[in-house]
Amino acid sequence: MNLALHGAIEQGLLFAIMALGVYLTFRILNFPDLTVDGSFALGGALAARLIIEGTNPFLATLMAFVAGGVAGIFTGVLHTKGKINGLLAGILTMIALYSINLRIMGKANLPLLREDTLYTFVKDLGVPNLAVGGVVFFTGVALVFLIGILLLKAIIDWFLQTDLGLDIRATGDNSKMIRSFGANTDTTTIIGLGLSNALVAVSGAWVAQYQGFADVGMGIGMIVIGLASVIVGEVLFGSSSIFRATLAVILGSVVYRLVIALALDAGLNPSDMKLITALIVIIALTVPAVAKSVWKRQPFRATKGGRGDA
Amino acid sequence: MLKISRVRKVFNEGTVNEKIALREINLNVTPGEFITVIGSNGAGKSTLMNIISGGLIPDTGSVIIDGKNVTKLGEHKRASFVGRVFQDPMAGTAPNMTIEENLAIAYARGKRRTLSFGVNNRKRELFREQLRQLDQGLENRLKTKVGFLSGGQRQALSLLMATFTEPKILLLDEHTAALDPKRAQLIVDLTQKVVEQYKLTTIMVTHNMEQALNMGNRLLMLHDGGIILDIPQEKKQTMKPQDLLRAFEQARGGESFSEDRYLLS
Ligand SMILES: Nc1ncnc2c1ncn2[C@@H]1O[C@H](COP(=O)(O)OP(=O)(O)OP(=O)(O)O)[C@@H](O)[C@H]1O
Ligand SMILES: [Mg+2]
Repeated sequence: MNLALHGAIEQGLLFAIMALGVYLTFRILNFPDLTVDGSFALGGALAARLIIEGTNPFLATLMAFVAGGVAGIFTGVLHTKGKINGLLAGILTMIALYSINLRIMGKANLPLLREDTLYTFVKDLGVPNLAVGGVVFFTGVALVFLIGILLLKAIIDWFLQTDLGLDIRATGDNSKMIRSFGANTDTTTIIGLGLSNALVAVSGAWVAQYQGFADVGMGIGMIVIGLASVIVGEVLFGSSSIFRATLAVILGSVVYRLVIALALDAGLNPSDMKLITALIVIIALTVPAVAKSVWKRQPFRATKGGRGDA
Repeated sequence: MLKISRVRKVFNEGTVNEKIALREINLNVTPGEFITVIGSNGAGKSTLMNIISGGLIPDTGSVIIDGKNVTKLGEHKRASFVGRVFQDPMAGTAPNMTIEENLAIAYARGKRRTLSFGVNNRKRELFREQLRQLDQGLENRLKTKVGFLSGGQRQALSLLMATFTEPKILLLDEHTAALDPKRAQLIVDLTQKVVEQYKLTTIMVTHNMEQALNMGNRLLMLHDGGIILDIPQEKKQTMKPQDLLRAFEQARGGESFSEDRYLLS
């Protein structure tokens, strides 16, 4: 395995935090949230600014979590209380965040050279690479990331099994039903969006620290990358349960980065990557459409066909 | 238990599409009463159910449940009083969630949602016990997604979810209409059973006159936004569908009841 692939795995694990956020809105809430591009950059911008000003990188990343949450809540309030179409609500927050992110950074790009970051912290842990017969499969850094993301996955899995989590899932699955059982779907939608964008912002904060700079454009196209990870993950690894689905999202994110790395390796330009991303999503959505429609529609078919034993 | 006073509901008021769905409805339901409701299409039956559940807020008048004025309370705030089964078997359950998760949601009806596990072993045992009563073998399929169940099974589950927390009022809006006769009968039987078991105050809309006469202990007929017949049990149990039609014609001053959907058999 070459260096590029090691980097791809590390990146895939960091971007997986964002993909999990996208999974929460697109899949769990069934809400096409476009806030993501803005909240990702928000996380990066805020963390970078705070770190440069001497804030502890852990605290800075936590602040990114909070700020992302506020952005998501804002979109949620626009949609539920302001009755603005969901897509538009997300776009409005995203656009507003672009200006806000510039304000936070003061300029379009903030380098984090020689700062203490979460990345330098992880590197300084000195976890050895996982090598078999001299071939490195997992860098030490990737191992730490992997443990971190699996911990996060466990927390999300747990949350989605709590009473509140069940309400949020039912909001995306059958909002009429969950209202008749006493849940306020405005509230569950807002909580879901807040949580999702909090994760996305944390991902942005991590990525900024990993790549050593925050850029006001670092969130552009992030929603599509998130979707690519979710969809590729579902297609390749299944989504029959929450446990499986969140795992698939993480693996999907890594696979996506590996594909990108291989494409670059094959001689494509970095500027081609947005095209590649769009193609990956298109392929993942259309080619297994048959398989996917079986997976998605089966419940209804089983009912309509009346093959049950009632 | 339920007191509806002078409730009026108009859709699209002041436009060409204005539609008076309910005009000055008064209804007093005593605890344990099981009311069946019939009426032609567009009579306002579903609107009445929605007014009670909080899905719709009346333009004027008041709704009082168990002594509490809930007229302006939204649906989710009334959920602790009102259990509901919809006509569409898809409507009452979350298809991508498992049977036990759906039941956990129903179990939490009207309670504050916390971060404790929605399903635990104690609840699972309770759910299993409840499901056993449905006689559908669902007690062994707690982890099956509800979307994989047949329409009848889903409706049975919806009924269970609507009732096992013993709401003050149970609303059934043509909850057997989308099922084939065999499954419909099964749900009818189950309905009788749970209503009796929990002594639930129930309002059931049906398009089946036979059903309306055989079930419950009071019958209402709605027409054009008003209650035109209110038949008590003593009278109801002696009536046949033909008598019901005659009563309708009398109440309407000769207008005949033409409604293909009604089963007169
Ligand atoms: N949201 C709405 N907007 C406008 N008109 C409505 C709305 N809901 C119901 N109506 C109208 O109000 C009237 C009563 O409707 P409702 O659904 O209560 O009838 P129903 O008795 O349940 O009929 P059905 O037997 O067909 O279910 C109908 O004329 C209907 O078209
Ligand atoms: Mg109706």
